[in-house]
Amino acid sequence: MAASVAPGVLLHNINKQIWILYPKASFHRCAAVRRIGTSASRCKSQPQLKRKSSPQELVGVVGLEIHAQIHSNTKLFSGSQVGFLAPPNSLVSFLDASLPGTLPVLNRRCVEAAVMTGLALNCTINNKSLFDRKHYFYADLPAGYQITQQRQPIAVNGMLTYSHLGGKKRNQVVNKTVQIKQIQLEQDSGKSLHDDQRSQTLIDLNRAGVGLMELVMEPDMSCGEEAAAAVRELQLILQALGTCQGNMSEGQLRVDANVSVHMPGEPLGIRTEVKNINSARYLARAIDYEIQRQIGVLQRGGTVQNETRAFDSKSGQTIPMRDKEGLQDYRFMPEPNLPPLIVYKDNASLPTGVDACQAVVVERIREGLPELPSVTRDRLVQTYAILPEHSFTLVNEDGLVEYFEAVVRETKREPRNVIGWVTNELLSLLKQKDQSVSQSPVSPSALAELLELQETGHISSSVAKQVFQEMWRSSGKTALQVIQEQDLGLVSDTKEIHNICQRVVDSHPDLVRAIRNGNKKVLNKLMGLVQKETKGRADPVVVRALLEEKTS
Amino acid sequence: MIVFSLTSARQSLGVSLKLMRPSLRLRIRGHFCPESHVREATRPYSSHTHNPKVPKAATWEPVLEDQLPPPAKIPADLVDKLERLALVDFRTKQGLVCLERAIRFADQLHVVDTDGVEPMDSVLEDRVLYLRDDAVVEGDCAEELLQLPKSTVEEYFVAPPGNIPLPKREERTAMLKHSEL
Repeated sequence: MAASVAPGVLLHNINKQIWILYPKASFHRCAAVRRIGTSASRCKSQPQLKRKSSPQELVGVVGLEIHAQIHSNTKLFSGSQVGFLAPPNSLVSFLDASLPGTLPVLNRRCVEAAVMTGLALNCTINNKSLFDRKHYFYADLPAGYQITQQRQPIAVNGMLTYSHLGGKKRNQVVNKTVQIKQIQLEQDSGKSLHDDQRSQTLIDLNRAGVGLMELVMEPDMSCGEEAAAAVRELQLILQALGTCQGNMSEGQLRVDANVSVHMPGEPLGIRTEVKNINSARYLARAIDYEIQRQIGVLQRGGTVQNETRAFDSKSGQTIPMRDKEGLQDYRFMPEPNLPPLIVYKDNASLPTGVDACQAVVVERIREGLPELPSVTRDRLVQTYAILPEHSFTLVNEDGLVEYFEAVVRETKREPRNVIGWVTNELLSLLKQKDQSVSQSPVSPSALAELLELQETGHISSSVAKQVFQEMWRSSGKTALQVIQEQDLGLVSDTKEIHNICQRVVDSHPDLVRAIRNGNKKVLNKLMGLVQKETKGRADPVVVRALLEEKTS
Repeated sequence: MIVFSLTSARQSLGVSLKLMRPSLRLRIRGHFCPESHVREATRPYSSHTHNPKVPKAATWEPVLEDQLPPPAKIPADLVDKLERLALVDFRTKQGLVCLERAIRFADQLHVVDTDGVEPMDSVLEDRVLYLRDDAVVEGDCAEELLQLPKSTVEEYFVAPPGNIPLPKREERTAMLKHSEL
């Protein structure tokens, strides 16, 4: 119809007007990356929320839309490479550049990744899913449309269970769930660099056509902390599956938050969409700021505007984004170049004539699912009798579970004595140096050896920590070498300990008097003085016994 | 299903054969296309049985004007919205007549009783969607691609600044008056 109507001016001419209106200025490049938007409005009926008599009861409601880049060699519909930080436009096929005559050919890996992610999130996998075109006018989407799955996505009705630490001491594990409405396959857009001075946009199509899984979460969360915990859990799941690398700063995982406030039990309030969130920490801050902002607006008697807001990490605020086109009309239509995508339940349901290697079979993928983070945590708590919060720390750090288990295997010490070393000593040094577990200069077996020396009474626990620091600094040295070089072994000569204790007691008559007057706690002070003399090398049990004897 | 849908459309719409031919040709070509991944099959997830509403052979029945709903009038606001969305300027008298005639043409679809008839997405929907291996076989043709656009900077394509809303209708009229069409 449109074609028969078009007698006149085309896009080209309108662009010409824009060129006239924006004369060239000096060259300046400012990076601003547009991200593929979200699918059609999903919000439930949202009547206007006016000020209520008890505004302090307003609570936040948070739903998330997450774009996860599929970890694959090639793009969703073309055989060009997926890569970050490649020279501009070097990873672009003719299809990605939307040259006429090109056709999309679906990447099996992307379908399998979406099915696997769907299974891990307890989704129903649709045996038949459909592709649609969603139209945009942006230069970083040169076809003028994005291929997505609007009517019938590949996976629906899932659930994500996540936990965060709550309670007064923030050491209680609180379990929550959020419903996953759907997972749809779609294309990523290219990147735009806006050159405001020259009034032009530089386009890099390397990202154009990369496979995305858009995950839509229902508004089941109520604050930034919950949303951040849900995203963190999703990130761990995706990384365990290998379907997405999940690096937020590289844009592999991008989160948009739909935020509204309402009185519990009443219909949802008008929502805003918060974009530009590139870390889990900012996600929590952006959402909490937005909830407070909306509550403030309502308490002042105003109404919340349905708008898109960007999070400014410097100020910690959300600010209105210039609205795209106001009235968005994506003109969804079935993608005519792609027949329905069929995945099969099991090998038995494969129709004759369909190549088993070619087909995507859900049961085969289910069998290949790795251990998911929640299962790993439960297993760690059960197997090693460690605290649940420690299991979170282990799973949260890539490679730490394996490290911990390797240490436990090589030492006779109880796992609950090992856990502190891994989650405190090791992790804090790694964090200080901003290193990953695999970069640790102290190997699991070297740590195990150190712990054995402590267990067998060669060194005290405070010396063990000292030795560990030294092993970290001079990587490659064993615990035994460090102990011998620095003479850190426990003073086993009881006569020497006896002498040192005597010296300390003699030189601190005031403390001794206090103990004799009944203040037994002062003994610890004397203990400290003795350990200072021995550089922590005396067995505390022996020292305590000697000091008690001398002060009684 | 394909044949049924086409004939039903033809029967009620009185569309000229010339208009239908491209789809027919597509179907015929599909029949004789011997590609390995193409499977001739019925639609696995749709109604297999013949719907009595769909005639088995092509019929021809012109639709009378009085069977149609009243003709649509296009208000100026709608024209403006459509122009913005389509980035196509058609506000001339000729353009409006053309649009109204197209809508009138499509109005004939209202006469077709489609209750219980599952709509098709495309004439290829009975095919198995071919899935490709995840191996890099193309790309790395920046040099060729960068010869195509009017303007490039380094290895980037250059596009006009994005997200600039179209000027208001009145402004646009003034602008277009001075443009060299």
